[in-house]
Amino acid sequence: MLKAIGVHSIDDLFSPIPAEYRLTRDLAIPRQMAESEIVDWFKQRAKENGEGYTSFLGAGAYSHYRPVVIDALVQRGEFLTSYTPYQAEFAQGTLQAIFEFQTMISELTGMDLANASMYDGSTGAAEAVMMAVRITGRHSAVIARNLHPEYREVLNTYATHQAISQKLVSFTGSGQIDRKELEKAVGDDTACVLIQSPNFFGTIEDVEAIAEIAHKRGALLIVSIAEAASLGIVEPPRTADIVAMEAQSFGVPLGFGGPYCGVLATKEKFVRQMPGRLAGQTVDKNGKRGFVLTLATREQHIRREKATSNICTNQALVALMVNIFMTVYGKVGLRELARQNLAKAAYGADQFSKHARVLFAGAPRFNEFVVQTSEDPYAINSRLLGHKIVGGLPLKKFYPELGHAALWCCTELTTRSMIDTAVGLVAESERSVRSMKDAEPEEVAR
Amino acid sequence: MKHVTRKATRHINQNEGLIFEKSSPGKAAWKLPPLDVPEVDTAKLLGKQERKDLGDMPEVSEIEIIRHFTRLSTWNYAIDLGMYPLGSCTMKYNPRVNEFVARVEGLANGHPYQAEKISQGALRIMQTLSDCLLEITGMDAITLQPAAGAQGEMTGLLMVRAYHESKGNARKKILIPDSAHGTNPATAASVGYAVENLKSNDRGMVDVAALAAQMNEDVAALMVTNPNTLGIFEQEIHKIADLMHAKGGLLYMDGANMNALVAKARPGDFGADVMHLNLHKTFSTPHGGGGPGSGPVAVKKILEPFLPTPVVVTKADGTLGFEYNRPQSVGRVRAFYGNFGMFIRALAYIFANGPDGLRQTTEDAVLNANYIRKGLEGVYDLPYSTPSMHEVVFSDKIQAKKGVKTMDLAKRLIDYGFHPYTTAFPLIVAGALMIEPTESEPKEELDLFIEAMKSIAQEVEEDPQFVLDAPHNTRISRLDETAAARKPVLRWRPEGKPV
Repeated sequence: MLKAIGVHSIDDLFSPIPAEYRLTRDLAIPRQMAESEIVDWFKQRAKENGEGYTSFLGAGAYSHYRPVVIDALVQRGEFLTSYTPYQAEFAQGTLQAIFEFQTMISELTGMDLANASMYDGSTGAAEAVMMAVRITGRHSAVIARNLHPEYREVLNTYATHQAISQKLVSFTGSGQIDRKELEKAVGDDTACVLIQSPNFFGTIEDVEAIAEIAHKRGALLIVSIAEAASLGIVEPPRTADIVAMEAQSFGVPLGFGGPYCGVLATKEKFVRQMPGRLAGQTVDKNGKRGFVLTLATREQHIRREKATSNICTNQALVALMVNIFMTVYGKVGLRELARQNLAKAAYGADQFSKHARVLFAGAPRFNEFVVQTSEDPYAINSRLLGHKIVGGLPLKKFYPELGHAALWCCTELTTRSMIDTAVGLVAESERSVRSMKDAEPEEVAR
Repeated sequence: MKHVTRKATRHINQNEGLIFEKSSPGKAAWKLPPLDVPEVDTAKLLGKQERKDLGDMPEVSEIEIIRHFTRLSTWNYAIDLGMYPLGSCTMKYNPRVNEFVARVEGLANGHPYQAEKISQGALRIMQTLSDCLLEITGMDAITLQPAAGAQGEMTGLLMVRAYHESKGNARKKILIPDSAHGTNPATAASVGYAVENLKSNDRGMVDVAALAAQMNEDVAALMVTNPNTLGIFEQEIHKIADLMHAKGGLLYMDGANMNALVAKARPGDFGADVMHLNLHKTFSTPHGGGGPGSGPVAVKKILEPFLPTPVVVTKADGTLGFEYNRPQSVGRVRAFYGNFGMFIRALAYIFANGPDGLRQTTEDAVLNANYIRKGLEGVYDLPYSTPSMHEVVFSDKIQAKKGVKTMDLAKRLIDYGFHPYTTAFPLIVAGALMIEPTESEPKEELDLFIEAMKSIAQEVEEDPQFVLDAPHNTRISRLDETAAARKPVLRWRPEGKPV
């Protein structure tokens, strides 16, 4: 090949790089490994990574069963090793799958339309806020404090240089957004109200009432959904203007936090301000139905600095996992799955409430609940780890006012015996702390 | 037409409707175990929040699902089927061991909030990958958090901005060469910078004199892709860096084309201050029909305080952990820690190659691109004679005389069993054909590609209309994109159901 090209050595091809910048040594990285060594190395890492533990963690990343057909299908090379479907005639498989994904997401969220995916739930929510700013021409956003704290952090990062001001609205004793405070916070300069439902505490918000408050002042309502499985049994936010969802619950591995699948859904009239790719139906010259990426004039490769967003690569293969999951469970299965989640969490909350305080009892919840204990949940969790149980997420870091509180999650994979074991261990620690409290009150007060 | 059969031939292709069109009540592909806790009264628990109906969600059986998606998959082209020479996209082979290790129990099921004590495996993967990428780029510090290249750009520019703000002046604009990807200007705008275009010189490189004239104290950074989108190495890169640094500006390097440099040259050595990598290009993680990607950002020491939180650190007891308390950080760009599954795959790729393999990879990528260049020179117009690195850009100038444009040639290439090259980009070449074969292609595949391109050029001479009507062998012909955009149909609705 060198001869055909007309050079003497491979180095000739690298001559455009000035000699002083050419690397003349080996990279100091691990030596080349055989496949068996690679597999072994990663299996060792897996052993150090909570393999075989029972977990009660949720908080934006949920453990649901993944039907095996998902991996069987997404590992087909035609899906796995293809690019963004810009050449439609050669990518109809991906395009039709996206079209079906958009349809199912719209149907589930109660919106008219959905895009092909965003990076995740957090960036989706931030992009939704910027979309609302473009639609309304207003520059302030009202954000619920019970929105996932990391979603709020991401929004802060995105909003900083867009001159978008933010107001935070607190929650009441039911865990829901404080609607009186919200009423006061929303003004004529408010582009949008951003809430989460079920919110970070697992409580379901009264979306209709919140929509009314937002719409009265001409603001849009954005609803973030972190637990997609709730849509099987919880009324979707039909009165919202934009839904920003994390669809990880639908067949996407926990994977230590990613890749996940964000998605935006909205009303038809707002579609031209929506970021991200969209697949649309059309016909070929013989009138045969086919699909293409469409409305590209919103996107960076056409509009450059005037685009709706800089997003290019999205989460296509993960969206395909979500797509297959939704197809497997379908109209009836998604409801039954959600029902089981509801029942498990109701049982879990009920059991915990016998020994500790379950907060926010006044409002409906889906599959998460907040347990307040006498002892610091970090200490409880570290004891639970000894029993190969990962306890709920301590909330002190995000909501110090809740004291010794932790967010617990039960899904269809959480068995009754797992719940009973965890409750038993927490009850034990509660009893011992209480007896210690009786003996040495100052010690505990520290 | 005789050449068509060398690589591709028509075969039976199943028709398949939308999944909704197969749905009927009672069909199911799911089964849940019996409930082991008391049944709940959903109406009582949820009240008016109870959902009664899931609308038009499908009801289908498992075999229908398998057939549906398998049939759809056969309508796609893929690297697994043949050369996919999209320039700047680096469609290299995606090793299957990557997929295997990403699915190992414990890694696939790790929860992002599980205690650090039982997350040492994941943290070690993040740290090892970080170390490798720093060595490969010659930079000092890194974040793996950005979800894709475009988000990496945003993260990098946020750090640039934070750096300038720490010096008391955020500055106003970002310089971007006219050959840049669309994400560059879109990103600059998203972090509140104005965009100023920089003209390329007649060799397809940054015009250093023009840069010197445009550079001043208002410029926060220059975003440069190197090799650039013409596949040309910016030979005066160090002069460019010096020009930027002399006036307090920074050099951002878009690492989209890093596949031309790995183990041969390091951006950190030639003056880059901040750069992103695309793990889904250079480091073999699959494109998956458009994502997920992963866009780590590597920086020089001066930018380290501004990295997104959290950062992986080694703690006093020798274990790994996340550090959140970083007062100068630009904040989070994504929930949790990034597309972790892609870190596993990229690291497996680095392990499978080692120092020798990575060098060989880069050499083969550049060799393959130059082989194609030689093979097609004269047949297609080469707008820049400057040497090519990992990709080569031709134009449709010769064929356009017959009314055949780059997109038409691309559509005809489909009939020959190849995915098209990147069309009409970079924008500075009218009618561009941007070809990146990657290291993965054997000589036999390259020869077939060259032969196909030559054959198409001949068809243009003999029967241009035939090329204009391509593709001829796909299950559908060219689609009406104008109609799709004018009256968008973005979802299925049952017939007769009101919108």
